[in-house]
Amino acid sequence: MNDWSLGHLADPAQNQQPIDIAGQDVAALLTQLQMMLRIRLAERCLADGKRDRLIGGPVHLGVGQEAVAVGVAAELRKTDRVFGGHRSHSHVLSMGSSLHRLFAEILGKDTGLSRGMGGSMHLWDQPNGFYGAVPIVSGTVPLAVGAALAAKMQGGGDVGVAYLGDGAVEEGVVHESLNLARMLKAPAIFVVENNLFASHMHISLRQPKESTARFAAANDIPYEIVDGNDVVKVRAAAARLIERARAGHGPGFLEAVTYRWYGHVDWREDIDVGVNRSAEEVGVWRKRDPIARLVAGLQALGLIDADHLAAMETKIAEEVAEAWKLAQSDAYPPLSALTSRVFAGAGVTQ
Amino acid sequence: MSGTRYNYGTAMLAAFEYLLENYPEVFVIGQGLWSPWYVGNSMTDLDKKFGAHRVIDTPVSESACTGAAVGAALAGMKPIVVHPRMDFMLYAMDAVVNQAAKWSHMVGGQAGPGLTIRTIINRGGEQGAQHSQALHAWFAHVPGLRVVMPATVADARDLLIASVLCPDPVIFIDDRWLYDLEDDLPPVVERSLDSARPQCLRSGADLTLVASGYSTRLALEAAALLQQQGISAEVIDLRVLNPFYPDSLVISVTKTGRLLVLDGGWSPCGMAGEVIASVVERIAPDTLKKSPARVTLPFSPAPTSRVLEKAYYPSVAMVVSQAGKLMDKVC
Ligand SMILES: Cc1ncc(C[n+]2csc(CCOP(=O)(O)OP(=O)(O)O)c2C)c(N)n1
Ligand SMILES: [Mg+2]
Repeated sequence: MNDWSLGHLADPAQNQQPIDIAGQDVAALLTQLQMMLRIRLAERCLADGKRDRLIGGPVHLGVGQEAVAVGVAAELRKTDRVFGGHRSHSHVLSMGSSLHRLFAEILGKDTGLSRGMGGSMHLWDQPNGFYGAVPIVSGTVPLAVGAALAAKMQGGGDVGVAYLGDGAVEEGVVHESLNLARMLKAPAIFVVENNLFASHMHISLRQPKESTARFAAANDIPYEIVDGNDVVKVRAAAARLIERARAGHGPGFLEAVTYRWYGHVDWREDIDVGVNRSAEEVGVWRKRDPIARLVAGLQALGLIDADHLAAMETKIAEEVAEAWKLAQSDAYPPLSALTSRVFAGAGVTQ
Repeated sequence: MSGTRYNYGTAMLAAFEYLLENYPEVFVIGQGLWSPWYVGNSMTDLDKKFGAHRVIDTPVSESACTGAAVGAALAGMKPIVVHPRMDFMLYAMDAVVNQAAKWSHMVGGQAGPGLTIRTIINRGGEQGAQHSQALHAWFAHVPGLRVVMPATVADARDLLIASVLCPDPVIFIDDRWLYDLEDDLPPVVERSLDSARPQCLRSGADLTLVASGYSTRLALEAAALLQQQGISAEVIDLRVLNPFYPDSLVISVTKTGRLLVLDGGWSPCGMAGEVIASVVERIAPDTLKKSPARVTLPFSPAPTSRVLEKAYYPSVAMVVSQAGKLMDKVC
């Protein structure tokens, strides 16, 4: 891959096969399957909520990309420091956040993760290791480096994680962050979800090469490039980089190649901020479904049967429906919240 | 006025077309230019008409794109940079504040970047703190930047043309909440940006309302409601925030004795405060019948929750009620 092409990883017609789970911990895989399903169904619910105008603000859905966050989070602990961006529902849920509080946030309710002040694009759940997601592209990347630096100073072996996109690497601050993390040996893990698009623009219109890991190489940071729709591969690569970082050897860079099924923002599948993606293209990528492929891998070894899977799906669907209903009945923040939360020292318990 | 029907968005489109048609040194660069989604109807098909080499959609790189436009301007081009939200251009602040704004002064006035940065105030829709800001006062604080805020369909077209033809760096700030305004416009006549002074959009005797951008629309709507209550409000649209010429404001307030300033930004160190100070400095102390007042945002970032968002943005009702207070009336 030294021409920095993504090769078969960016070719949706390949990598459709069942996930190879030989030698894996089955209980952990079932937990990951559950988490991916929870994220998928939650985002489907949000898509409907947006379509039905129950949600006012923009929602950036990551359906199709679930394996990235779930694979990485399998190697994280609550004392780690995870940061995200505009498309971060999977990032926060994979850290164990409450579905109800995520939904409440997106509906602008006081019970939400950010107490209704941020909506889908500004998520916070620090007690679960999720330090924050914001929609300024790349805005949190240096913050993750700083949180990693703090972890190094604090000496507990924790890491900082920056989730970013293939578009985000076009911001200069990402390159400063990579160099800085490397020079400070900060335990920062850069996770690029390369879904080949930044809003309406394919990566070929924005960058001369497909693989963003070339920026890690330029900064002497170890990197891994994986099929982002294979939770086993994502997890294994994350494990190697995170272990190294925890042991004091500095940052790592994980490029997970994936694809989003919905358009850039909101619930439509057929239109991507003004640019029509071909239905065939999306259709082929759907066959590379990270969930269906994990199920197929488990089925191939007789580790899950249709009944078990159906029961799992029903249970999660019920959970999602319950959380959505609860969030809708929650109260909005009081009007005083408009000005009482500007500084964290004041009014936060109001 | 008879002429061609435009809305605020298509008026800007007409300006882009005029400039690209008549000035080969004009090019446009920024995010979303090949997609109608980010910029409303203000740039539709420009890439198809004038070519993707002159209407350049870019990587997500505000800092480099803006800096490159400054350099291209120094080398004789007339670039128009587009930032579809003002919040995004904060990555470009060095190019704007340290480079573009200072260049002429630093080199003894012998060279300067004539570029226009079109940036959009894109509020509402529960988008929240990082997608809603109106930072015009920041830019107006910086010497060397011209700051333009069109509030009318005519200005959307004509001030964009004047900005691009101006040899200085211009921050041209339009507002998504104005895109549905409609008007008939005559054919384009090129005018110098220097001739764009505050404009009286409605004359009145009791009270002077001063505003810019979307706030001007609020002021006009409030003035119409105030009229029904027997209050005659004069509305002055600033149009250009830097350089700022308060003379006509002083004349108006001398007549009315009452000044209410509306601004879509925050109060502290903001444009409304600047307007009030500039008028008060120039007016005889006993001219004022009431202390001047301002309607601005609460001093907090934009919320997302719909109930909070509704309370956050100044409404016509708020303006009417503030104006009533200046008149010692309950409105
Ligand atoms: C500084 C900044 N510039 C532009 C935008 C508009 N914007 C929002 S998301 C996005 C594309 C980001 O693409 P990528 O990083 O690949 O993430 P993806 O949407 O694919 O998850 C852009 C340009 C923004 N939010 N912030
Ligand atoms: Mg992307």
